[in-house]
Amino acid sequence: MWTIIRDLIRYNIEFAIGAMLVGIIVIFSLLSFFSPYAPNDIYVVFPDQPPSAAFWFGTNSRGQDMFWNLTFAFRNTLFFGIMVAVLSRIISITVGLLAGYLGGWVDRSMMFVNDIFVALPIFPILILFYFVLRSDLNMFTLALIMAGLGWPFDARLIRSVAIGLRHREFTRHAVFAGMSPAKIMFEEHLPYVMPIVFSTAMANMIWSIGFEVTLGVLGFTNLNVPTIGTTLYWANNHSAMVVGTWWWIIIPVALIIATFLGLFLLAVSMNEYIDPRSRLRRMGGE
Amino acid sequence: MPSFILFAFKRFLQLAAVIFAGTSLAFVVAKLSPISPVETIIGRVTNRASMSPTAIQSLRETYTELFGLDIPLWQQYLNFWGRLFTGDFGPSLVAYPTPAIDLILLALPWTVGLLTVAVILTWIIGNLLGGLAGYYQNSRLLKAVGVVAIGIQPIPYYIVAFLMVIIFGYLWPVLPISGGFAMNVRPGFTPQFVLSILHHAILPASSLVLVGMGTWFFGMRALVSNIVTEDYVTYAELAGVEQRKIVSSYVMRNAIVPQLTALAMALGGIFSGTIITEQVFAYPGLGTLLIRAVNGGDTTLVLAVSCISVIAVATAIFIVDLLHPFLDPRVRVG
Repeated sequence: MWTIIRDLIRYNIEFAIGAMLVGIIVIFSLLSFFSPYAPNDIYVVFPDQPPSAAFWFGTNSRGQDMFWNLTFAFRNTLFFGIMVAVLSRIISITVGLLAGYLGGWVDRSMMFVNDIFVALPIFPILILFYFVLRSDLNMFTLALIMAGLGWPFDARLIRSVAIGLRHREFTRHAVFAGMSPAKIMFEEHLPYVMPIVFSTAMANMIWSIGFEVTLGVLGFTNLNVPTIGTTLYWANNHSAMVVGTWWWIIIPVALIIATFLGLFLLAVSMNEYIDPRSRLRRMGGE
Repeated sequence: MPSFILFAFKRFLQLAAVIFAGTSLAFVVAKLSPISPVETIIGRVTNRASMSPTAIQSLRETYTELFGLDIPLWQQYLNFWGRLFTGDFGPSLVAYPTPAIDLILLALPWTVGLLTVAVILTWIIGNLLGGLAGYYQNSRLLKAVGVVAIGIQPIPYYIVAFLMVIIFGYLWPVLPISGGFAMNVRPGFTPQFVLSILHHAILPASSLVLVGMGTWFFGMRALVSNIVTEDYVTYAELAGVEQRKIVSSYVMRNAIVPQLTALAMALGGIFSGTIITEQVFAYPGLGTLLIRAVNGGDTTLVLAVSCISVIAVATAIFIVDLLHPFLDPRVRVG
């Protein structure tokens, strides 16, 4: 594990940059535990102060210190992204391995359902859920809904690997040795799909955080929970660009772009690492 | 060609299944809503005049019957399907009593137009650049395009659109940032109106192209850089086939089929992106209508927009799938 990471950092500049960006954001969000202010308190500092030595990221029109407020926002947003990624990974691993290993009508019916989910336009459906649940649509419910919609692409990917594994020698040995199908799938085949699971988890986080930001900016989430989306919502609500409090918008946008870029680079570099040919080319071995 | 008909039939079954599942999901979710359309209308009526409780009660009963809400849920569901085929979703509540479908038909051409132009442009530009980048791997310019694409691709539609509003609305105001056409132009088939539409579509369309291009660029680059190592490409080079011909009809031609499959799979996401972009640029399409309906508590309109979105996206995927036989002879011959 550690040697893999060391190799990746040494030979893969994308991985190094991605890991650095995500690392900075994670440390930043962990700072929220040391925040001198509670996340929802307003008018605790002078409003509308530009960035300075005292307020690194300035203060907003609601009298919050942007630095500490953003630490909470990033903590919530990242936590949301991880929650969706973990939940949807569970679904996609189960569906992918079952469909790939069992094949036949199980495979066909599962992929039929899978293709239906792929074709659904997610944004109108999310809006519909917000419309119905209103204030009940908290982080956790939203994460459950997003996980329920975010698994099909990756399930198909995992299935394609699992189909290849089914015809390998070791699977046959395991069957003859009397291993149960569940054991074969989750003990023998799961390790082979783990790299895909990791790289798609990053892509999934980008996807789910993107929707969270969008819903938040439109005001379609709980506005009292600081997230990146709600931060931008309040900035728009106070016409930050017109009033001239540009730091209220530019800093969160810059940080969220850094997050997306970091996650994306991690996903890309892991994808490349999975393919041994491109890995060798990187290390100059070919 | 029987194999093509079988192929089309299978795709059609899938189209029907997607529409059935999507609209059923929308129906169930909408029925869970605590916002009753009857109470919304009564609230609106009693706002203007004071009424006796018995009058309100009879009003409530009339509307419940009028909206067909006094029958069991499964019957409502059957009715919903019956009316779906005639495009009848019931009256919109924010613009009562205009039928919801009328509002949608006004908004739909904008969304379809923007989406079609953006998707076709994105797909062509992304695949062309990606294909060239895969073939000419040492080109500095194409490497730079790759770096830019890597930088923009992961950013969600909303943020890119938002940044473009900031750049072209506040910092360098040269392009219109809201609306579908200028206020002082009369709608109609006049050159002024068409130009105004195009002028207003530049920003929303280019934000969609910028975000969407990366996927095709990377996909095509990876496919092409695998294909160029194939023997037939080497033979073609040795045989002195024109380089332009190698790139277009030997290399890219073979990579285009998986990219078309990917397009069909990505359409749902692109559609979501379009309606988000519309909201940012106040473009008079489905997205803006949807947000307005949510803010107005308009149950019928929200349900109608969701159903139409599902149907529109599924149909678009169906059309893209039907293009396959024209590009892939294996599907044609069977």
